[in-house]
Amino acid sequence: MNLQESPTWLGSAKLQVDGKGRLRHFLSIEGLSRRLITEILDTAESFASLPEQSVKKVPLLRGKTIANLFFEASTRTRTTFELAAKRLSADVLTVNLPTSSAVKGESLLDTLRNLEAMHIDMFVVRHGQSGAAHFIASHASPHVSVVNGGDGRHAHPTQALLDMFTIRRHKPDFSALVVAIVGDVTHSRVARSQIHALRLLGVREIRVIAPRTLLLRHLGELGVRVFTNPCEGLKDVDVIMMLRLQRERMDSAMLPSGLEFFHVYGLTPEKLALAKPDALVMHPGPINRGVEMSSAVADGPQSVILQQVTHGIAIRMAVMSLCLGSHAAGRERLHE
Amino acid sequence: MNPVKRIRIRGGRVIDPSRRLDAVLDLCLAEKRIVALGDSPDFEADEVIDATGLVVCPGLVDLRVYLREPGQEQKGTIASETAAAAAGGITTVCVPPDTVPIIDTPAVAELIKVRADQSDRAWVLTLGALTKGLAGEQISEMAALAKAGCVGVSNGLRQIPNTLILRRAMEYAATFGLTVFLHPQDPWLSAGGCAHEGFISEQLGLPGIPVAAETVAVARALVLAEQDGIRVHFTLLSAARSVEMVAEAQARGLPITADVAMHQLHLTERDIANFNADCHVLPPLRTQHDRDTLRLACASDVVSAICSDHQPHEPDAKLAPFCATEPGISGLETLLPLGLRLVHEGVLDLSTLLSRLSWQPARILGQPYGTLQIGARADICVFDLHRCWTVDAARLVSRGHNTPFHGWELKGRVLHTLMEGKRVFTLEDP
Repeated sequence: MNLQESPTWLGSAKLQVDGKGRLRHFLSIEGLSRRLITEILDTAESFASLPEQSVKKVPLLRGKTIANLFFEASTRTRTTFELAAKRLSADVLTVNLPTSSAVKGESLLDTLRNLEAMHIDMFVVRHGQSGAAHFIASHASPHVSVVNGGDGRHAHPTQALLDMFTIRRHKPDFSALVVAIVGDVTHSRVARSQIHALRLLGVREIRVIAPRTLLLRHLGELGVRVFTNPCEGLKDVDVIMMLRLQRERMDSAMLPSGLEFFHVYGLTPEKLALAKPDALVMHPGPINRGVEMSSAVADGPQSVILQQVTHGIAIRMAVMSLCLGSHAAGRERLHE
Repeated sequence: MNPVKRIRIRGGRVIDPSRRLDAVLDLCLAEKRIVALGDSPDFEADEVIDATGLVVCPGLVDLRVYLREPGQEQKGTIASETAAAAAGGITTVCVPPDTVPIIDTPAVAELIKVRADQSDRAWVLTLGALTKGLAGEQISEMAALAKAGCVGVSNGLRQIPNTLILRRAMEYAATFGLTVFLHPQDPWLSAGGCAHEGFISEQLGLPGIPVAAETVAVARALVLAEQDGIRVHFTLLSAARSVEMVAEAQARGLPITADVAMHQLHLTERDIANFNADCHVLPPLRTQHDRDTLRLACASDVVSAICSDHQPHEPDAKLAPFCATEPGISGLETLLPLGLRLVHEGVLDLSTLLSRLSWQPARILGQPYGTLQIGARADICVFDLHRCWTVDAARLVSRGHNTPFHGWELKGRVLHTLMEGKRVFTLEDP
């Protein structure tokens, strides 16, 4: 199995890149090229030093209006998107639309049309339904860009890229890396996007570690090695990416308890010792301490969890500026 | 409506799947019946339909059609959807009981019959509810439903979770000679699902419906049918494994029949890969292996009927993220052309296809339709086997324009549909 080859017919592949290979929307990792992913990571690198300067803003998106549409609760993703927009000098508006009230009243499409009428240039969408960002992108006006801030179980592509960015800063040669993803893969949009990103960047091996109730059955078709035993799966890995376990999955038919999950799969100093000595520990947050990992690991020297949060801003700046940049170029050509 | 005339359909290739007849003959209709086949020089016709180069077959019988009336007229009405049936060459449609209100009282069955008589575009047969309110708790008044004209009983898309209640409902239906129509889907294994559980649904993050959701329900019903000697018809089989289980039961002589939806013979899980909501159907589109096995089962008699599973929708029903859309395809007008595609591809021979679309479904319903025998009701479809056309969703007669086949180039088109010897559809040349 060729790890770098992503099925281009899947998901949002054709929708998100324009005829010249530039980003129009940013909806999923699958279907994007390695060149484009690398361009986003490199652009993020140029923004990463910005917070250390006294003036944290660049005027790239001055005059643009970006709306964050959050149909699902989020703290980290929402605030980092907001900060990213502000540091690009865009006007930003965050709309919290809890799914329940959206279901009762206005349809998703009506919400979109109303906001379009306010001349928004970009929507950042977080929604509980898989395919929601794709749906909005396929019905949005041609001048509007859509960035996926997480849709159902499908994709969370900016999270995956900030993870890649964090790995690259510590371990720049992806082809040498063995990466383990641990936890609830079934319900995780983060894991799906991570797997596609790691494949594209050409890591040596991707492993997934979980009990069978939280696994996907067809990971082998993506070249992923599946382990149910964490002691085997964590052996000699370079990066450990833990996934969040939603509260409602514990004490259910999926898992007997959070405690039992911790005893078998939770990342402790003992389990971490099975990995390479310089292995990175990552988590998309928020952490359930004592379920996914112990505090000793979360706060330990190998943890890069807070760096991930910081890098989220640079990655989101890169994605927003590249999407709106290609649009701006398109409009300029129209005026010529 | 045109007055009833004496009609001669001249020089067509007459195919009668009820007796494996396939010959170029004249067909003569009078007094709502088929009165003669062959030259019959004594027959004086008021009207002659020239069918030279065309196929003449029994009007099609569709086992599963949602007309949406009563209760969901924004999606379709008995008048709009029977007109679509006529445009598809279909003269008899069978309606599942999940209307609003549900067909669990004679009044609803009678209302549908009255509206169908007023529309006068196709025969409408009804399936009564197997349990009251389809709630799966109390068996319905099946004797009354049978008296009101219901030709069988079904629990629609709803399941009967309690196996004892399913057993009693099946036995009670058999008391009145009513065939039990089951849509097999385990309610727990399918809960929340909207796509085949497989590689595609995993990649798209869509909650899956595993094959076991269907096979568990098929197995449960087969065991009950065998133990109590009940006639069961499975509708909308989607998985290769279910077909194998049905074949095995038939081989042991059990009175089991099955149908599949036409779209399951053409589409697979790959077709939802870009979240195309027009491909959101229940049961879900499965793998190519499943599709190929269903095709073979249609060729071999294990699956004896192919239905449209017609489910028209208003546009809003499909304008949402995939799982939040309503499942179903507006399928009446593509039923025969998609079937003919299987003939052109060599999957089925023409006579077998027409049998699956007329004679066999009529037998499953226990009705004397789907035949061109002398004396049979003059329900006729005349079509051009070779005429090419492109499906245009906006031009469907059905109120529902939800079709994943928009833009498909199909070969084979209905030209005339007659119901009791009256024209109910004639294709106007564009």
